Amino acid sequence: MKKKRLAISLLVGCLLLANLFFLQKLLMPKHVFGTLEGSLVEDYYKVEKNNDVIFIGDCEVYENFSPITLWEEYGITSYIRGSAQQLIWQSYYLLEETLKYEKPEIVVFNVLAMMYNEPQKEAYNRMSLDGMKFSLTKIKSIMASMTEEENLIEYIFPLLRYHSRWNELKSEDFKYIFKKKDMFHNGYYMRADIKPAGNIPKGKKLPNYEFGERAYYYLDKMVELTKKNDIDLVLVKAPSLYPYWYDEWDEQIREYAKAKDLKYINYLELIDEVGIDFNEDTYDGGLHLNVYGAEKLARHFGGYLKEHFNLKDRRQDKELKKQWGKKVDFYYSMKEEQVKELEEFGYLKSIFGDKQNN
Amino acid sequence: MLFTSYSFIIFILYYTIPKGLQWVLLLAASYLFYSLMSIKFLFYILFTTITTYFIGIKIGELHNIHSNYLADHKASLSREEKKSYRAFMKSRLWKWLLVCLLLNFGLLVIAKYTNFTIENINGILELIGSSKRLTFWNIALPMGISFYTFKTMSYIIDVYRGKYPPEKNIFKFALFVSYFPQLIQGPISRFDDLSETLFTEHSFDRKNLNFGLQRIMWGFFKKLVIADRMLVAVNTIIRDPEAYQGIFVFLGMLFYTYQLYADFTGGIDITIGISEVLGIKVRENFERPYFSKSITEFWRRWHITMGTWFKDYLFYPLSVWKPMLNFAKFSRNKFGNNFGKKLPVYLTTLIVWFTTGLWHGANWNFIAWGLTNGIVIIISLECKPFYNWFHNKFKVGGTFGFRLFQIIRTTLLMSAIRLFDLYRDVPMTLRMFGTIFTKPNIHMLFNGSLANLGLSLSDYFILLLGFVVLLIVSLVQRTGSVRGKIAESNMVVGYALNYALIIAILIFGAYGIGYDANQFIYNQF
Repeated sequence: MKKKRLAISLLVGCLLLANLFFLQKLLMPKHVFGTLEGSLVEDYYKVEKNNDVIFIGDCEVYENFSPITLWEEYGITSYIRGSAQQLIWQSYYLLEETLKYEKPEIVVFNVLAMMYNEPQKEAYNRMSLDGMKFSLTKIKSIMASMTEEENLIEYIFPLLRYHSRWNELKSEDFKYIFKKKDMFHNGYYMRADIKPAGNIPKGKKLPNYEFGERAYYYLDKMVELTKKNDIDLVLVKAPSLYPYWYDEWDEQIREYAKAKDLKYINYLELIDEVGIDFNEDTYDGGLHLNVYGAEKLARHFGGYLKEHFNLKDRRQDKELKKQWGKKVDFYYSMKEEQVKELEEFGYLKSIFGDKQNN
Repeated sequence: MLFTSYSFIIFILYYTIPKGLQWVLLLAASYLFYSLMSIKFLFYILFTTITTYFIGIKIGELHNIHSNYLADHKASLSREEKKSYRAFMKSRLWKWLLVCLLLNFGLLVIAKYTNFTIENINGILELIGSSKRLTFWNIALPMGISFYTFKTMSYIIDVYRGKYPPEKNIFKFALFVSYFPQLIQGPISRFDDLSETLFTEHSFDRKNLNFGLQRIMWGFFKKLVIADRMLVAVNTIIRDPEAYQGIFVFLGMLFYTYQLYADFTGGIDITIGISEVLGIKVRENFERPYFSKSITEFWRRWHITMGTWFKDYLFYPLSVWKPMLNFAKFSRNKFGNNFGKKLPVYLTTLIVWFTTGLWHGANWNFIAWGLTNGIVIIISLECKPFYNWFHNKFKVGGTFGFRLFQIIRTTLLMSAIRLFDLYRDVPMTLRMFGTIFTKPNIHMLFNGSLANLGLSLSDYFILLLGFVVLLIVSLVQRTGSVRGKIAESNMVVGYALNYALIIAILIFGAYGIGYDANQFIYNQF
């Protein structure tokens, strides 16, 4: 009798856990429409881990560099581990996690994140952290990122955070409960729409231009980690016109790179050389590049990498050719689809659904 | 978060350490809890513990001296000598008791009522045209001070009365004062009740664990699914009294009744549940109060430990207090045997309710709330002959319809009196209550205004469902323990109910970011 009772209790316990797991999956935001950025981090676990180059950073990497162009033009395999407003400690821990899966030749870090020295917004934290697989690295990243209003337990069991979504569930919450549709191209978030840059105002004067101690601490850690793994770290500032990149900030990064013997490339100074036309190559008035701009930037950056590092052209590798062939096909089909949508609806229906709400 | 977050660790340790150390663990856990919540107020609880303990010991010694002396000199003392000795000892005992009461109630008064007193003195100064003003003290209210002061003072009075001997072990006494599940909102346990179960050794008991966990979950259901959700609408109504008048005051009154019930009883369920898991029996504090047919019955069933405290330690002593007996004599002579007999009882009732109001908070709204309760009780006592006449004439007393009418009437009456607590401003409360009749605006119930109270349609649905669940549980409870019935029922039913409760709390609970700030309403008292 006792054994039977114990067995039933165990069964019920397992059922409860399974049910809670299901509910958690159901209630977590899917980020398949609108804020696709929220799905970027988890997308990494779906792809093959054999990249020459890993990008880490905020929207200035996942919207500005096209890995497909890097492959097509130079035979460089790359992946962008980017997320919205990715803070430098999140970049560091994402890199730490990535190195458990693969060992790239080069890591590219976009330095805009140096402007933040403290945790910022819960919503952005979520987009960077929810998608990570559970590990000690994830815990460390959560601990470093939490704002005062947040709790670790709500990251470990996201059901506790998202439970109140029960009354706003949509069909996509059920459809993509366990598997999401393919939306990215090795971490690149494609946008084919165009919104020319207007007059971007100069940045407001700041009381202090010095990057924070915490930001430097994680940059140092990043340098150490890449050195330890015999990886070249490249610092970049993508050619996004806003948030404003101050000369004082640029100077600090330049000096840091010099001191640590790192390459630093500020693309804001190379806009003409890259050939970016902010009337055509941005989809949001200069904040981010669209696919045409991202291709131009990747073309230039690929050449830079080839020139300064000993990266092989891997286009003849049969296995890779097969893998990347599929990626290239998906890339162009999405590009074509987006162009069609823009002609037909005037906005990207595949991203914003039936009604444009951006 | 308050006391449940680390109770799990305490539970694990509690049943793994030697049983003799269980109470020591509880003491450490209680002090750790108190320190985590408000370390700067540790002095207050230590002061109450130490003074009450030593005075208790002293009173106990005096009792021993008293009884030993009388036993030793039984034959040699005359009746007068014995009487005189008793009076002498009583006076010594009384002095010690008075010291303890003054020290501890004094501390409570200083911490809780200083600024209220200053505010009133300043008001009087302004009224008489004086430009002088007293400066407010920068003093915060120590967590749980009203509860543990009442607990300890009931102990010292009981020791004084010779109900039980004082506790010899200061650490055990410290545990009685600080027992962490009760610190925030009671119940106000008595020493003889709690000590029996608090200091004994407990073996792990599956039934205690199951029942305790069910009670905790039930408490969380009431608190998180109902009370914290309802709070949104209540706050919307009271924060904008110009916009929400008439029917909204009436709704706010009902919503607050529902919210307070779910919040307070939920908190007590969690306290009792945690104790049950640890094998400790804590007195019940509620007995389906909204099934009461009169206000006196309501107060026998709501916050029972507070009601009985005031009855045992204020109402009765006040009734037999010499000046009150003199007043009773005077009153009978002056007003005759009928009304003259009632007058001292009514005066005592009003004093008790004034104190009850003051205990709830240092504000005139609480005093008005308390006095209104007292006045309504007196009126209902005065109306008794009319009730008797009515029942003799119409014979409706036993009918379901009349009982339901009585229940609804009591609920509405209690809810209306609680408006003082809701608006926390006496003139505003009276004005808002008036708008129920002067500007009812019933049409606003149907013009979509309900959607502006911060609750969605699904929230209202959850609240309604919660109400139905609460009602069913209360109805079932009338014939015995609900958990007992679940345990006796089919295993599948039991699992299904527990399962549904867990899912309901996790999914429909109004917790997390945006809700975390809500704490139990009663923890301010």
